[in-house]
Amino acid sequence: MNDDTATATNPTGNGLVGLIPVGIALLLFGWFLSLAPAIAEGQSLRLVWDWVPSLNISLSFLVDGLSLTFALLISGIGALVLLYSNTYLAGHPQFTRFALFLTSFMLAMLGLVLADNLIGLFVFWELTTITSYLLIGFGHDTTKGRRSALQALFVTGAGALALLAGFILLGFSMGSFELSVILAQADTLKAHEMYLPILILILAGTFTKSAQFPFHFWLPNAMAAPTPVSAFLHSATMVKAGVYLMARLHPGMSGTDVWFWTLTIAGAFTAVFASILALRQTDLKQALAYTTLMALGTLTLFLGQTSGYAMTAFATFLVVHSLYKASLFLVVGCIDHATGTREADVLGGLGRVMPVTAFAAGLAALSMAGFPPFLGFIGKELKYAGILAIGSEPFIFAAALLTANALMFAVAGIVALRPFWQRTGIALPRKPHEAPWPMLAGPVILAVLGALFGVYPDLLQTSLVDPTVKSLLGSMEDAKELQLWAGVNMPLILSIATVALGAALYLGHKRLRPALGRLVDASPQFDNGWDTFLAGLKGFAAWQTRIIQPGILRRYIFATFATVLVAIGGTMIARQAMPALPDLSDVTFQNVALVVLISAGALLTAITSSRIAAMAALGVVGIGVAMIFIVFSAPDVAITQLLVETLVVVLVAVALLRLPVLDQNGRDRRPVDAILAGAIGLSVTLVLLAVLETPLDLRLTEYFEVTSWPEAFGRNIVNVILVDFRALDTFGEVAVVVIAALSAYALLRTTHPRKDP
Amino acid sequence: MNSIILRVGTRYLCGLLVLFSLYMLIRGHNEPGGGFIGGLIGSTGFVLFALACGTADARAALKVMPQNIAMAGLGIALLAGIAAAVFGDALFTGQWLFINETPEDKGIPLSTVLVFDIGVYLVVFGSILSIVFAMEEEI
Repeated sequence: MNDDTATATNPTGNGLVGLIPVGIALLLFGWFLSLAPAIAEGQSLRLVWDWVPSLNISLSFLVDGLSLTFALLISGIGALVLLYSNTYLAGHPQFTRFALFLTSFMLAMLGLVLADNLIGLFVFWELTTITSYLLIGFGHDTTKGRRSALQALFVTGAGALALLAGFILLGFSMGSFELSVILAQADTLKAHEMYLPILILILAGTFTKSAQFPFHFWLPNAMAAPTPVSAFLHSATMVKAGVYLMARLHPGMSGTDVWFWTLTIAGAFTAVFASILALRQTDLKQALAYTTLMALGTLTLFLGQTSGYAMTAFATFLVVHSLYKASLFLVVGCIDHATGTREADVLGGLGRVMPVTAFAAGLAALSMAGFPPFLGFIGKELKYAGILAIGSEPFIFAAALLTANALMFAVAGIVALRPFWQRTGIALPRKPHEAPWPMLAGPVILAVLGALFGVYPDLLQTSLVDPTVKSLLGSMEDAKELQLWAGVNMPLILSIATVALGAALYLGHKRLRPALGRLVDASPQFDNGWDTFLAGLKGFAAWQTRIIQPGILRRYIFATFATVLVAIGGTMIARQAMPALPDLSDVTFQNVALVVLISAGALLTAITSSRIAAMAALGVVGIGVAMIFIVFSAPDVAITQLLVETLVVVLVAVALLRLPVLDQNGRDRRPVDAILAGAIGLSVTLVLLAVLETPLDLRLTEYFEVTSWPEAFGRNIVNVILVDFRALDTFGEVAVVVIAALSAYALLRTTHPRKDP
Repeated sequence: MNSIILRVGTRYLCGLLVLFSLYMLIRGHNEPGGGFIGGLIGSTGFVLFALACGTADARAALKVMPQNIAMAGLGIALLAGIAAAVFGDALFTGQWLFINETPEDKGIPLSTVLVFDIGVYLVVFGSILSIVFAMEEEI
């Protein structure tokens, strides 16, 4: 199964286009690294630019321990991945596009982790959604690629909408959109009546983005992307955005029961569930994708806590996972590139041909499995220490973590050990060769860093872990010490149990797979559920389009008026706004005559069997209305009404030639239409009567009467309002008139080609 | 419709209607009338023309595409609104010039308000004719 477009025929890459992004990423990495000493001393850096000051939206950025850790991972791994893809996709016809997407994604991700304004953060959040959509769908010529990209976009996009709602609620509840201001008033926030809705909405965003159960299904599908993209998106960036946001909000929102149970349970469940699925995979990349889910679950699990152990475990595992996961993804890319397959059962004996790749894979896998002296071991010890510090039910969660870690151990063996050292005797699709150096730089550097930090944990402790813990808990003293040897204690015992269980799982994984397959097949299929959901949505859309937009104008009008009737009538009934019968003492004969004339016209329109007669009767109604305007001395409106009536007659007369004969077509519908029209008329009458019950506010009229001549030099108030007092409104209206005319013209001209020019 | 009486009569009627529409436009500031009504009356003249003599003749008599008239009207109205900004007022504030002003009489008033109304006139005139002509040609 090779859905990548690996075409590295030319190891020198794509020239300048491929190198500029690497340069950008390296520069950013260097800049962040230069900030590290200051941050390590507990300082933080804030940069603010006004963006939309009237809406309290600013482009503010905060560099503290947490954001710096993420920024270093993003820019550092970004640089290596960009270098890698330059060779991996060398000569690819769309490489420029790819480099643009990946660089934009990296910049959006950096903006996300550095933003200190909720709206700014959201904008970057959505930028990552869009750019990752483009990246996942880079192989858009396959159905699978398109489907995966759309699925990722829809799931994370829907979550982002909830997130936006949560941010807006949060901002208005706390009176500020600046994160640092909001987080400084944690107690107010937790006691706020809107705390629960805010939490639910924001978690909906972070859980979809970080693929927590039950939104996990999009992530393995997103492996349709080229391997460097997977390495980047699923090690340090895209999927960690949700984790990052939960960590960012941790100081302000953690500590409540809802927070603790939601995150702990969702995280623990995702971790175990995903690691079981990971063991089942035979595609190396898929196996890694599921272990990513496991890591995300674990990180979420720790963010549910508030203890110093848990936070130290979070900060350490975050770095550990990014290092080994990016490294392993890149290794899988190298294998795929060299052999043309990623099937675990086919691959074997690559260790001799690809020694450097095997070296990197080995180091990364040892870190992943949690062997000393690698950073993964320290991470695992801290995880156990953190889990044992949970306030309630620590052993259930410790058991969950033990299972997940043991499964990770087994997967590490499957991904990094077997392809290089087992003997299969199966012929590979391509004769393997060692990958070129730009593709080795990434895996080797990342894997070596994992070992280096393991031997010298102080390096990581002082530079990143302590400041991150400070961001989460407020002080560096809460951070626990990273050490390889902490004596014989509970975590160590659990570690040994993990190794034992993991080794057993590794040896027996081939026998376990069928059983796992049956288990998974028996459980609900979210991926298929997604298809069913989409199909249902499309079916619903088609159904309601057939009902509401059947293509018959008469039905459109019917639907429109029925809606108006329900809105007006419903409001009147709900508000119990029935007007009293008006005073009819000053009604003159003239008024009655007009009403009779209009009513007769309307009635004739409804019952006549001739279109011409209906048109004439409608004209009578119009002229009756115009006469009402004359009686109540509004000559401008009356003239307009008469002229419009005249023009309508012309237009309808022209159209009449094209209309079908009246009787053939829906005479049976006319009683319904008439009832609807009568009901609309009645409800509008009632509304007007209700409006007239309150005394008319004449201040505006008086103002115009007084100022019309002295200020606008006109005696015709109607026209003075139109062209002077409210000229801007009039301008808008005439613009609408022009647009309507042009649209009508375009419609008339496109439906039939003009015969005689 | 092929009636020689109507065709001959229409040529005069159309001119009269356009003339009358201009009168309605100019008097609009003090008496019933204005750009909107003027535009409607003017367009009825040409609608009648099109009914009597066909749209081809009506278009020929008009010389300009009605859509262009509408767009030009929109532009004129916009310029009249922007003119206020040139004189330092808020957009769409009327600017006035009175020729031969004496203490008793304001003289001949000229204003951006009139220009704006002319724009409205042209928009209404051009829009209605574009729709009517197109409809007649389609049938």
